[in-house]
Amino acid sequence: MFLQTKQTFLHKHSTYCTRIILFIFLFSGTPLLISAQTDNDAIMMGKNLFCVGVMTSNSSWNEYWEGTLKRENANLGTVSTNMIGPMGSLGITSKLNLIFNLPYVNTAASAGQLKGFSDLQDLSLWLKWKPVKKKLGNGTISLFTIGGISTPASNYVADYLPLSIGLRSRNLSFRGMADYQVGVWTATLSGTYVHRSNIEIDRTSYYTTEMHYSNEVYMPNAAQVNLRMGYRGKYWLVEAVADNWTTLGGFDITRNNMPFPSNRMNMTRTGIHMKYEPAKPKGITFIGGANTTINGRNVGKTTSFQAGLFYILNLSANRSDKTQKK
Amino acid sequence: MKKIHILFTVAACLLLAACSKDIEENNLLAPTLNPTNTDANAGSWKPILLSSASEITVPAPIATTSPDYIAQINEIKAWQGNISESEQKIVNYWSAGAVLRWNEIMRELVAKYNLPPVSNENGLYAIPNASNPLAYPFFPFSNPPYAARAYAYVSAAQYDALISAHFYKTRFKREAPYIVDPRISPLINKSTLYSYPSEDAVVIGATVELLKLLFPGEQDFIQQKAEEHRRSRLIAGANVRDELEAGEALGKAVALKYVQRARTDRAGAAVGIVNGVDLWKEFEVGAIQRGETPWISQESPIRPPMLPYFGRIKTFLFDSLTVVTKIRPAAPPSTKSETFKKELEEVLYYSKNPNRERIRMVHFWGDGVGTYTPPGHWNAIAVEHMVPLKLSEARWARNLALLNMSLMDAAIVCWDTKFTYYNPRPSQLNPEIKTLTGLPNFPSYISGHSTFSGAAATILGHLIPEKSNLFNEMALEASYSRLYGAIHYRSDCEVGLEVGKKVGNYAIQKAQNDGAN
Repeated sequence: MFLQTKQTFLHKHSTYCTRIILFIFLFSGTPLLISAQTDNDAIMMGKNLFCVGVMTSNSSWNEYWEGTLKRENANLGTVSTNMIGPMGSLGITSKLNLIFNLPYVNTAASAGQLKGFSDLQDLSLWLKWKPVKKKLGNGTISLFTIGGISTPASNYVADYLPLSIGLRSRNLSFRGMADYQVGVWTATLSGTYVHRSNIEIDRTSYYTTEMHYSNEVYMPNAAQVNLRMGYRGKYWLVEAVADNWTTLGGFDITRNNMPFPSNRMNMTRTGIHMKYEPAKPKGITFIGGANTTINGRNVGKTTSFQAGLFYILNLSANRSDKTQKK
Repeated sequence: MKKIHILFTVAACLLLAACSKDIEENNLLAPTLNPTNTDANAGSWKPILLSSASEITVPAPIATTSPDYIAQINEIKAWQGNISESEQKIVNYWSAGAVLRWNEIMRELVAKYNLPPVSNENGLYAIPNASNPLAYPFFPFSNPPYAARAYAYVSAAQYDALISAHFYKTRFKREAPYIVDPRISPLINKSTLYSYPSEDAVVIGATVELLKLLFPGEQDFIQQKAEEHRRSRLIAGANVRDELEAGEALGKAVALKYVQRARTDRAGAAVGIVNGVDLWKEFEVGAIQRGETPWISQESPIRPPMLPYFGRIKTFLFDSLTVVTKIRPAAPPSTKSETFKKELEEVLYYSKNPNRERIRMVHFWGDGVGTYTPPGHWNAIAVEHMVPLKLSEARWARNLALLNMSLMDAAIVCWDTKFTYYNPRPSQLNPEIKTLTGLPNFPSYISGHSTFSGAAATILGHLIPEKSNLFNEMALEASYSRLYGAIHYRSDCEVGLEVGKKVGNYAIQKAQNDGAN
């Protein structure tokens, strides 16, 4: 009887676990390279529950925007980015979750001579807080704020676009999010501001729209808007997603030049995001998704696929009784 | 939980506070020029192209007691009466030195124009056209050899113009405005040199005239810089107007001698394509006839090699025969030889096994598309080490002229060698070799970076002997960075460095005999 109850409890929370985690993707690196889906929908992990798993993604493009000009480049062919890494979400309380992500990224070009790179990219941490949840009309509205921080996890090279694995800036992100659910139908809207630190590159000068005599590169901040709508049932989640990333500044790639980390990288993407959580075994969740870039500037016209496998652990069950009794 | 929340907030605030995003530009740290030795005798130094420092005639200045001169003094006073923040900024910027600032501007133009044209829909590459510079593909494509030549002409002209200016300074003995009228307090360090014609103005005159030829699409930008430079001298109380005018006229006249040389130095034929005919194919045929594997462009679509006849351009430091008989190195290892196979294996090793330190070297010295090129990089290095030496404008110009003539001649001997032997890049013979920087579109032997660096380190080591070891270490790193980047064989780098040193030694000979020691 006890076991039964616990499983139900776990089941209920694992339903949401992976969705919470997915929103990590967008912040983990460069929008030129990585365009995994963002899950901004937002139901919290229960206290002392730790949802952990592995996400993988594959992104590729054979066209890109040089400034606003869409083009191909026979000396790059198809540029692909693969990513794999652990992710997790810890329920500090049912209203406050800590989320982490640490992807390993690999890049390659199918044509030309340039070597692809691979390394650990950025470690990201987020605190997610749900201060408001209440009935509104026929449904329930929930409001969230999310603060994130990310920093390079290895000494990877940023100034090697389009084949660098990330942009190296240390980012702070602030997000506001609203979720509305009526029965099994849901809509989530969020807006994010990303403050990006300057970066250092291996050379002592570089040209943007003028010459710079420094190894430090000013990185413009960025903003993101994300809208997702769909079905949220007991075993399945299916959502359509639209997402816009806008760099607040930066410059365009000049004709036939190489991209640079401080380019004005913008993109609008649409995609689908799905989750399946089988009735048995309990606590396991599969994630899948795909998206494509419908408009962009100084980024690849990327198509991305994601897949993930997650499992939920109840940390309180493993702890001594002292904590529980308090 | 609360603790974590607070910690997180605190960390976020600290991070935000720590991230002032203003960038400190190193070039703006250069102090106001304050030479320890004014080189007052620079009028007796040996010019490069002029027959003598007095070849160009400069009219005598008006007397400092004349009403016209007093009007000019009053112009300075009017400027100084109300100096805005932006005017002060301009004065600070230009007071670091005319040669230094125009060298930076040159590097900026090179970086802006160092972009290979894209192919058209037929898979062909249009050639930039000097008479229509703003139509795509923009003129010039300031690739390394083009840039080397551009830096050399401008630096050499600045040098000839400055020693001419010194000649007339000594002849006319016009005192500086702040000496003539002590009520003027200059915003720069006082110079003990005579003031007519202005050193800054000869640099403006010479540079602006040559840049019309070298970067014809940038006239607005260049004229705006020149106007700002002129104005800075008036606001600073450093020169009256007729000193600027006489200087600019002199500088321009000197530059025209260089323009004349540039029009007949065979650079116009360097592209190797005449009326759509690929003359450069003769090099490919030659390699095949020698039984060797010829270089083939690895670009898609195939791009003609970069300036295949640049090796025949007229040199500055020695004659063209010397290029062929005394400097051109022996042939590289045959592609069929054991040595070659070993060298190819070594490139594959570096391609497969990069580490962060080697990647740093490859990218620090990359100087590829969109940069000021390896010659520009050596100018930047020279400038960095010359600023603390507190040199006169004349010596700044002399040192950069010697450096840039070395770099141009290094480009010429390097290109002569590349197209004489026309040997393939490592990745052409082994497609497994992936590169860590852009693969240059011309034959492999000898490495351009190595030749440039050998030449630059040699002449700079002569000019600044206390830094000689440092320059040689840098050259070695630059050279091997091309092997680590998997775009050159070891022999390309090692022989390139040696050839570069030979070129640098010719520059040392010139330096020992120019009267500036």
